[in-house]
Amino acid sequence: MARKSLSDWKSDQALIGSRMRKVEGLDKSTGRAVYTDDVALPGMLHGKILRSPHPHARIVSIDTSRAEALEGVHAVVTGRDMPTTYGIIPWTPDEYPLCVDRVRYIGDGVAAVAAVDEDTAIEALACIDVQYEELPAFFDPHESAAADGSTPYIHEPRKEGWNGNVTKMVHLEFGDVDGGLEEADVVVEGDYLFEGTTHAALEPHCAIGQWDGAGRLTVWSATQVPHYLHRELARVFELDAAKVRVLQPLVGGGFGGKSEPFDLEFCVAKLSMKSGRPVKILYTREEVFYAHRGRHPFHMRYRTGATSDGKLTSVDAEILLDGGAYASFGLVTTYYSGQLLCAPYAMPAYRFDSTRVYTNKPACGPKRGHGSVQPRFAFEVQVDKLAEKVGLDPLEFRRRNFIGENTRTVNELRVTSNGFLECLASVERASGWTEKFRRLPFGRGIGVAGSTYISGTNYPIYPNEMPQSAVQMQIDRSGRVAVFSGASEIGQGCDSVVAYIAAEELGVPLEWVRVLRGDTDFTPVDLGAYSSRVTFMLGNAAIDAATKLRKTVQKAVAKVWDSKPGEVLLAGGYAVWAQDTSRQMPIAEAFNLAEAEFGTLGATGWYNTPKDVHGEYRGGTIGASPAYSFTAHVAEVDVDVETGIVEVRKIWVAHDCGRALNPVLVEGQMEGSAYMGFAEALMEEHVFKDAERGRAGLHNAPSLLDYRLPTSLDTPELESLIVESIDPEGPYGAKEAGEGPLHPSIPAIANAIYDAIGVRMDRLPFTPPNVWRAVEKARADENLGKPRAPGSTSLERDRAAGEPVSAD
Amino acid sequence: MRRTTEIVRLQVNGDLREVGVPSHFTLLEALRYGLGLTGSKQGCDKGDCGACTVIVDGAPTLACLTPVWEAEGRDVVTVEGLATPSGPHPLQDEFDLHGAAQCGFCTPGILCSAAALLSSNPDPDRDEVREALSGNLCRCTGYAKIYDAVEAAAGRLRESARGRDGP
Repeated sequence: MARKSLSDWKSDQALIGSRMRKVEGLDKSTGRAVYTDDVALPGMLHGKILRSPHPHARIVSIDTSRAEALEGVHAVVTGRDMPTTYGIIPWTPDEYPLCVDRVRYIGDGVAAVAAVDEDTAIEALACIDVQYEELPAFFDPHESAAADGSTPYIHEPRKEGWNGNVTKMVHLEFGDVDGGLEEADVVVEGDYLFEGTTHAALEPHCAIGQWDGAGRLTVWSATQVPHYLHRELARVFELDAAKVRVLQPLVGGGFGGKSEPFDLEFCVAKLSMKSGRPVKILYTREEVFYAHRGRHPFHMRYRTGATSDGKLTSVDAEILLDGGAYASFGLVTTYYSGQLLCAPYAMPAYRFDSTRVYTNKPACGPKRGHGSVQPRFAFEVQVDKLAEKVGLDPLEFRRRNFIGENTRTVNELRVTSNGFLECLASVERASGWTEKFRRLPFGRGIGVAGSTYISGTNYPIYPNEMPQSAVQMQIDRSGRVAVFSGASEIGQGCDSVVAYIAAEELGVPLEWVRVLRGDTDFTPVDLGAYSSRVTFMLGNAAIDAATKLRKTVQKAVAKVWDSKPGEVLLAGGYAVWAQDTSRQMPIAEAFNLAEAEFGTLGATGWYNTPKDVHGEYRGGTIGASPAYSFTAHVAEVDVDVETGIVEVRKIWVAHDCGRALNPVLVEGQMEGSAYMGFAEALMEEHVFKDAERGRAGLHNAPSLLDYRLPTSLDTPELESLIVESIDPEGPYGAKEAGEGPLHPSIPAIANAIYDAIGVRMDRLPFTPPNVWRAVEKARADENLGKPRAPGSTSLERDRAAGEPVSAD
Repeated sequence: MRRTTEIVRLQVNGDLREVGVPSHFTLLEALRYGLGLTGSKQGCDKGDCGACTVIVDGAPTLACLTPVWEAEGRDVVTVEGLATPSGPHPLQDEFDLHGAAQCGFCTPGILCSAAALLSSNPDPDRDEVREALSGNLCRCTGYAKIYDAVEAAAGRLRESARGRDGP
């Protein structure tokens, strides 16, 4: 080993921030990686679920006798076998593993079978006789909200006289909203519609249940939340949680679509209990579309005021959320629809009035950017309209309203690091904004939008004071470091993040770290892959554990070298003395010294959130996060006004992720997010047939062909621009990167369409028919054309008339 | 309902294998559930997503739309057959280096489409790569890193071909 200077040693150590492989990367590219459907157990049976053909009906009777008598069928279960409600939010458990007496959407599960093979299971489903009494159904959220009980509500009202179709209402007001609107020089009003979208992760949901006949239940599942699944399995089956084990093989994408328990996980468990055999259920792609839990359709109305010099004065929002048949995360979604809007712009006054209603459609839930992508679309278009009214470049308007760092939002959320201005500068520079805005030929346009998102939630889903994330680390005499991690690897790279941290802190080569994962029997609890919490919380937990071990090793080596522990560096496979780098020993030798001195080397580490970072009001904890990421996008589009076809040429994505622990993974999250936002803007439409177009409540396009997803030929060029604000509490300064960068895609595209042809797109998606209709209306109103550049606005004219300006 | 089971002979990744499967099985089902080659994935089961793509007689083929008997007597290569004993295929290695696999579920199919492309076109430009992968949906990456990985692998393969052939 050649002698090296101290600075060389330190740069060797710099794994964090460098471009690294993922720990499971080669497994994934060689076909070795194991997903749930790749697991086969001896004697395993195949399960299938019978689903309701009606959107709303009473179950009069279920006769399973013919199915049970079928050769090869080992078990049949119905809702009466599992008559306990569950739900991811402890206050709204409104689902049964299988429906007991009522079905609430086409696709609701009513019975399940386990048979020797898939063909027999399918045949058995056809032998189950279910008698239904159909009920009037609600498909329109406005009608659902106006229900008076003359036909049965979708769920029983929680109180006499309430509308049982309402999941949640939230009304919050900060500052003087009406005064702020009155004082404003300009007020913009707009109605917006965000049609729902779904996750469409490529791996369908899959689960395997194994009951050992002596009280132990094991479930393998493609879930993003093994811990919550563990809890709900124990609760529904009244088992000791200590005797329930959840295994999570690698997950083939989630995006929020696997963030709560689903019927198949309970069914495989119960079918295994009845048959005494392991049972697997794999959803068909059609079942995945009906399981849904995707982005809620939002009907939104915004009134936004600003001064003539471009400062926001007041924001007023009314939102109706179409929740589908069950609550899912809906309570949180209803809060998020308003709570996450209060940065990156300072707003002196803000009010939102959000109502989530049930409808007889598949349940909506969290999708990447939970509850905040829809209002962000509407609000960033509002901002664009305001900027135009006051005659400002929309990028400058955003800059002027920057909320700053180390501050509080109007709804009292604590903001620490904030790189939003750098994000704006970054996309401005890279896109050539100044030369392009309002200067491109008719039909081509450029648009900007900004956003913020949480790096995890300060409060776990069920109230408790325990750590939100934890790891256990062990050092072997060989130099190998084993990390036991309960975090959910869904492709975002969390297994790699703990490995990078272990290698960085303990000075071992990355290849010497083993991440042992996906098993509630031996990993400490991590709450799951949702709300962009994992890198922040798991990362801090890993640093905690690794630091404890590092200090032990430093102490042991320092004793031998007769130096101070702080002078012992662990890096690049060696322990090195900071005073004289020629003094060194292989890291395994250092570990052996420490083991001899202090005994077997292991440590746990954990992270819990600060709890003083939100306002003291009902709902004030929801939206509170230890840190917020910031994003700005510029999109450039071509619009063909004859066909309504919008082509996105390029999206520039600048994201403040605090610190990029591995830029490869951060860019991947940024590009994947921008792609997904682009997809929602232009192509995706999670809609249902009505009575005129077939059977009401039937999914319009439950396949990966008909539900349009961008292929490689559809996806625009994406350029990632990483901004690092170095968060004071994040691991090495890191914040989230998985969800924030989705938000601005949609409004940036909408604003670019306006720049191209002068037409506002206030409803999603921007499909050719929708764009064409908007173009035709603008043509009729003589509004089609390149909008005027800032400086030549209509503001002066309107003010001269002495009236407050109101647009749209 | 009476069902029939057939013994089919498949040439997969260089091995001649016999497997008894229901006669309606697809090549994908035979590979995954008959032969235990679970690298090829099922994302949709109707030819929409491309996760099941394997190489049959040199051409990228949707295994979920191929009746198993149609693959008899033909040369089938799956993701498990791309590597050699000396290491992963350059495509596999570059996918890892570039972060082209996030969740990894579309990866086996994309690798087979890309390998088939590079065997017929060793120096594709980006538009040719996009075209060749247009039957494979990826929901994680936005495709950008996948193009980078395919182009890097193509470069390595050309390099080693030059090495073999001499200057």
